[in-house]
This record gives sequence, C-alpha cells and structure tokens, in this order.
Amino acid sequence: MTATVWVPCDAAAVSVGADDVAHALTAAGATVRRNGSRGMLWLEPLVEVETPTGRIGFANVTPEQVGALLSGELHDTGQDVGVVDEHPWLARQHRVSFARVGVIEPTDLGAYREHGGLAGLERALALAPTDVVREVTDSGLRGRGGAGFPAGVKWETVRTAEADVKFVCCNADEGDSGTFADRMLIEGDPFTLIEGMTIAAVAVGATEGFVYLRSEYPHAIRTLRRAVDIAYAHGVLGASVLGSGHRFDLEVRVGAGAYICGEETSMLDSLEGRRGEVRAKPPIPALQGLFGRPTLVNNVLTLAAVPTVLADGGEAYAALGTGRSRGTQVFQLGGNVARGGIVEADFGISLRELVDDFGGGTASGRPVKAVQVGGPLGAYLPPAQFDLPMDYEAFAAANAMVGHGGVVVFDESMDAGAMARFAMEFCAKESCGKCTPCRVGSTRGVEVIDRIRAGTHREANLVLLDDLCTTMTKGSLCAMGGLTPMPVRSALEHWPEDFGAPATASAVARDIPMSATSTDGGARP
Amino acid sequence: MPQRGPSAAPAPGPADRARAASVRGIAEELARMRGPLLPILHAVVAAHGYVHDDDIPVIAEVLNLSRADVLGVVSFYHDFRRTPPAAHRVALCRAEACQARGADATYAAATDRWAGSTEIELGEVFCLGNCALGPAGTLDGALHARLTPERLDTLTAEWDR
Ligand SMILES: Cc1cc2nc3c(=O)[nH]c(=O)nc-3n(C[C@H](O)[C@H](O)[C@H](O)COP(=O)(O)O)c2cc1C
Ligand code: SF4
Ligand code: FES
Repeated sequence: MTATVWVPCDAAAVSVGADDVAHALTAAGATVRRNGSRGMLWLEPLVEVETPTGRIGFANVTPEQVGALLSGELHDTGQDVGVVDEHPWLARQHRVSFARVGVIEPTDLGAYREHGGLAGLERALALAPTDVVREVTDSGLRGRGGAGFPAGVKWETVRTAEADVKFVCCNADEGDSGTFADRMLIEGDPFTLIEGMTIAAVAVGATEGFVYLRSEYPHAIRTLRRAVDIAYAHGVLGASVLGSGHRFDLEVRVGAGAYICGEETSMLDSLEGRRGEVRAKPPIPALQGLFGRPTLVNNVLTLAAVPTVLADGGEAYAALGTGRSRGTQVFQLGGNVARGGIVEADFGISLRELVDDFGGGTASGRPVKAVQVGGPLGAYLPPAQFDLPMDYEAFAAANAMVGHGGVVVFDESMDAGAMARFAMEFCAKESCGKCTPCRVGSTRGVEVIDRIRAGTHREANLVLLDDLCTTMTKGSLCAMGGLTPMPVRSALEHWPEDFGAPATASAVARDIPMSATSTDGGARP
Repeated sequence: MPQRGPSAAPAPGPADRARAASVRGIAEELARMRGPLLPILHAVVAAHGYVHDDDIPVIAEVLNLSRADVLGVVSFYHDFRRTPPAAHRVALCRAEACQARGADATYAAATDRWAGSTEIELGEVFCLGNCALGPAGTLDGALHARLTPERLDTLTAEWDR
C-alpha cells in the first residue's frame, strides 16, 4: 500500500523547499497531494501523512528525510507534531474564513463542496438581493482591507445605484509589510473568494468582477486563475450562476509593483489601464467607480467572510467578537517571531495572546521591544500596551490601527528612530505624487529625522517634525500621506532615546497631538 | 538604471521589425479587454523581457492613445522595466517584517558582492508575503526564505563561475 502524504503548495512552504520534498516523495512512490498551508509557517515544510487516526504532521521535512518519513523513522522524533487538526496552536484558533485552508486541495471543487463550500451562494441565490445585503449588514462585517468600513453600508449603496453595468472588484493588492493572509487564502482556498465575490455580485446587481492581485504573488495568480477556470467549467461563474440566470464574469488582473495601487481609487485607475493615482472623493467608488460605474470594492478577507455569513446567517457571525468589531479576524504574525503564521481568532483577543502565546516571543530569543500592527502605516506599540484587545475602536483610541491584521514583532535590537525614518522613506518612494504634503512632506520627513538623530538643532527640528506630521495628517488626499505620521509619532513617543535623545525628550513627544484625522477620516478610506 | 534616449535608434533591422510585429500582435490580441494597457505591458515584458522605447508608439497606435499616455503608464509601474534584464536577478525584501529579521545585513552583503555587476542585477522589493520567514527574496523569480548573507552565497554560488 502506498502512503498518501500532503505537502503544502503555498508559496511560503515552497520558499523553504516544499516542492523539492514533494518531488522526492513522489519519486519514493508515495501518493502526494498538495494542500495550502495550515499557517504554522515555522513548521514548513509541514508534511502530513494520512493514518487511520488522522493526518499526522512532520515539521521541517527535507528531501533527504523522505525515506525516513515513509518508513516511520520520524515518528516520535522532535519533528512529529501529532495529528495536525489537534495541534494546540490550531485548536486554540477559531478558523472561520480559513476553515478549509491547508485541509483540502485548493482547486478541488468537489472537496470544497464537501467541506461546506457553495452553501452560502446557494442560499444567496434563493434570497432577494435586499435580504442578502441585510444578512451582511446584520453580520456587522467590516472591511478587512484597513479602514474597517461597514460592508453592508457599502453593498447597499451599490445595490441601489442605477447603471447599465456594475462591478465587483476585489482588492488583493496586499502591499502591507507583515501581511500575507490574502495570499494564503487565495493559494489555499480560492473558491471561498470566488464564492464571496459571486454572492456580492448577486446582491448588488453586478455582472462583472475583477480581482486586482499583486504581481509579487505569482503562485496566487496561478492558483486563482485555475480556480476561476474550474468555476466557469462547473457553472459557478458565467452566464447563469449555478443555473440561477444571474450572469457573473470574473477576471484576474495583475498589478505592476506599486504599493499605492492598494488604495481603492488608485486600484481602479490601474484596472482602467492608467497610472495608479489616487482620485479625490467624492464621487465614491460605490457610485462612480470602475469606468465611472457603481463599483463594490472589498478586500479579499472581507469577501472571504461572506460565504459563512450567508451560510450560517448574519446573526451567527455577529455573535462573535467584541464591541463594534464583529466576527473573526485573520491575524498574521511576522517579523522576528518564534512561531509566525496565521492566527484566526474572534476580535477581542489581546496583542499579548497573539505575540506571546501564539507567537512564542521573538525568533532571536531576545526580549520583544515592539510590534507594528496594521502594516507600514500602523503604529509601533511597546509591550506595555500588549493588553490592548484587537478591536478597531480600542486601537483607534490608542492612536494605532488594526488595519489588515498584520502583527510584526521586533526584538530589542530594533532602532525605532531608523524605523520612523524608514516610514517616511517608504512614503516618499511609494507616494503617487498627487498631493504635496505626501510627496514633498515625506522627503522632508526623512531629512528632519536625520537631523534630529544627528542632534542638529534638535528641539527646533522636533517641532518641525511635529508640524510636518500634522500637515501630512490633515492635508493628504489619502491615507498614504495621512497615516505615515502614525508609525513616526508612535516610535518617537515610546522610544525617544532612539532619536538620539536625552530621556527628557519624551516630554516633547508627549506634547505632540496624535489626532489621526486626515481629510478622509484618517483611517483608510 | 541606464535608459536609452528616445529615437536615437538607427533604421530598424529585421530583429526590430520582428519585435514590432510581435508587440503589435500582443496589443491587438488584448485590445478588446476592458482596460487593456496593463495586461498588454505585462505580456510584452513576459515575451521580450522589457518594454523597449520603440514598443511604446506601437502600443499607443493600437489602443488609440497618445505615446505620452503609454509612456506615463510604463514609467509609473515598477514592473515595466525599460532595459533588458541581466542574466540573473536578485530581489531582496527590505520592508519592516524582513528588517526585523536582519534584511539590512543581507542587502548590504548583496550590494557589496554585486555592485557594478552586469551579470547579476540586485533590486529591492517591499514585501513578498513571506513575512514570517524573512528575510525574503527572489532569485531569478523564485521565492526564498531566511536569506542570511551566507545562505544567499550558497544559493547563488554557481552564478559567479
Ligand atoms: C496606501 C493605501 C494602501 C492600501 N492597500 C490596501 C491593500 O493592499 N488591500 C486592501 O484591501 N486595501 C488596501 N487599502 C484600503 C483600500 O483603499 C480600501 O479601503 C479597501 O480595499 C476597501 O475594502 P474593505 O472595505 O473590504 O476593506 C489601502 C489604502 C491605502 C490608503
Ligand atoms: S497622500 Fe500621497 S499617495 Fe495619497 S494621493 Fe496624496 S500623494 Fe498620492
Ligand atoms: S516584509 Fe518581507 S516578505 Fe513581507
């Protein structure tokens, strides 16, 4: 009897040799199936062997170990992690959007159905569009792309807009450092996104959809395109979605290496074939979006939550979470962390649980100095703030943001002044150039931070930096310029000594108002 | 990055004509899409390695756009390179999560090693979605993890021969 083994095809697993392991296993006569990653990335390549008691995982398998793996010699070694489904790191999570990721073959539509797929779409097709939108509203689902805007409100705006054609666009640009959940969902369970987009299309009356997927993700592009083809072949997409008479055509478009194209209006310009420059709002994309038509723009994880919302009902989803942050969030642990990967949990989980309990502290073994939550535009937080619950409002009140749920860990070797400088530098590099506070302010920001760190007219330059941050926050057209001050100010507030400071400079930093109100509300529009 | 000046080109030879025909073919095939310019430019880079200055008027003509429009798009996006790629390409992530795992040291080592090389091209990227296993990077397009300077040396040992 040949053994059946599962080897992840996820890009992160492949980056540490999963393909080589899969080839070696095939050559050794095993039946190899390729799943997505379970999200326990420090264990990759995590090979799972089917047994009567379940799939037993073996961590960090190399091609040379394939013989030992198949002959059972790796059992009870340090690499044997036991039945993967029962692994404490997974068992403690609440996998909703990621329920199938790592479990099934990504483009196996039959397995997708067996594991609950398409139930949400079937229910949506049986409901009136207003009722589909109501389920989404009732679920309390908020945009996972950064701003946390209520999905139901946006859906209703598009639904009631009149036009010859409407679009659904999925924002899969995922440019934020420290975020990879969009990628892993697409690589591990692409039908969930396709189903979510199709439900959205049915609800708002859209007939065409685009996924704007960044070019840095070639594995995801291949998997999603294959899944779209299969969905067409089985009538999930096309002229009559599951025989309902609804048309929905879906296409995957590839970005071209510009961070700003993650901003939704810039993304729309890019999809139209133009420079990815941010548009002034209004008009909002929900009314005048792609090619001037009403367009629903949602993040991958927003759309990936939708099949569950429809299958189980909005109220069931709303029962999870805390405050106005309902449901689950897919957190991503990255950077200098011992156990990095995907942690899907109900909102309300504390930063400490994520960083210490799941993450196991730093990879280097040195004390944690800071985490940056929410990508390059998010705040740096010291361990003293690790009791913050993951909740949009609680984070906003602490001058931070949940954003896309990326948590990047730094050990004590981190230089907060250098990270603040980098935030300005990144903004200068990736600014679309449309408005002065961002385009020019970020370059000036780099210079001012350099002067502060060099001790040149330090006090005057701190005031100047504060001014500059206020100008960027208040005067930028979008959150690129509007939120870059957030990491800068938080770094200065918590680690003034990294800005070449005598400790008293914290007093100066504390005077800096941290109101994050840009013209578009500070949060990502 | 060195770039060719506009229209310093000599009269087109057979290779140029073949390229123009190929680019025209790509543009015409994709022109019916909604918003076809990015897909066309991606296809040109995939087929020819880069966007040549002479490709721009061809694409502009097929799409009925001005050359300036096409050039504006080409120059906006990082992916639409305007010079032929080197024999080997290294792109290292320099974003926050990889910095937290020592990306700066890897990048510095790579710069020391390959500065001025015509065979090996070093670039920087900002996040490859491999942020739990950094420093991340791509070597000739393939994603790698935990790229310490030593590991980079091992993986590219054959390139310098
Ligand atoms: C500079 C910048 C980059 C952004 N990058 C992304 C991104 O990569 N993915 C994303 O979904 N949203 C991104 N956003 C947020 C989008 O503008 C938009 O709010 C989001 O796609 C809406 O979807 P949601 O409501 O489902 O979150 C970005 C915003 C800004 C200002
Ligand atoms: S804030 Fe920056 S990125 Fe945003 S519109 Fe202005 S220049 Fe462009
Ligand atoms: S920050 Fe380097 S891969 Fe994400």
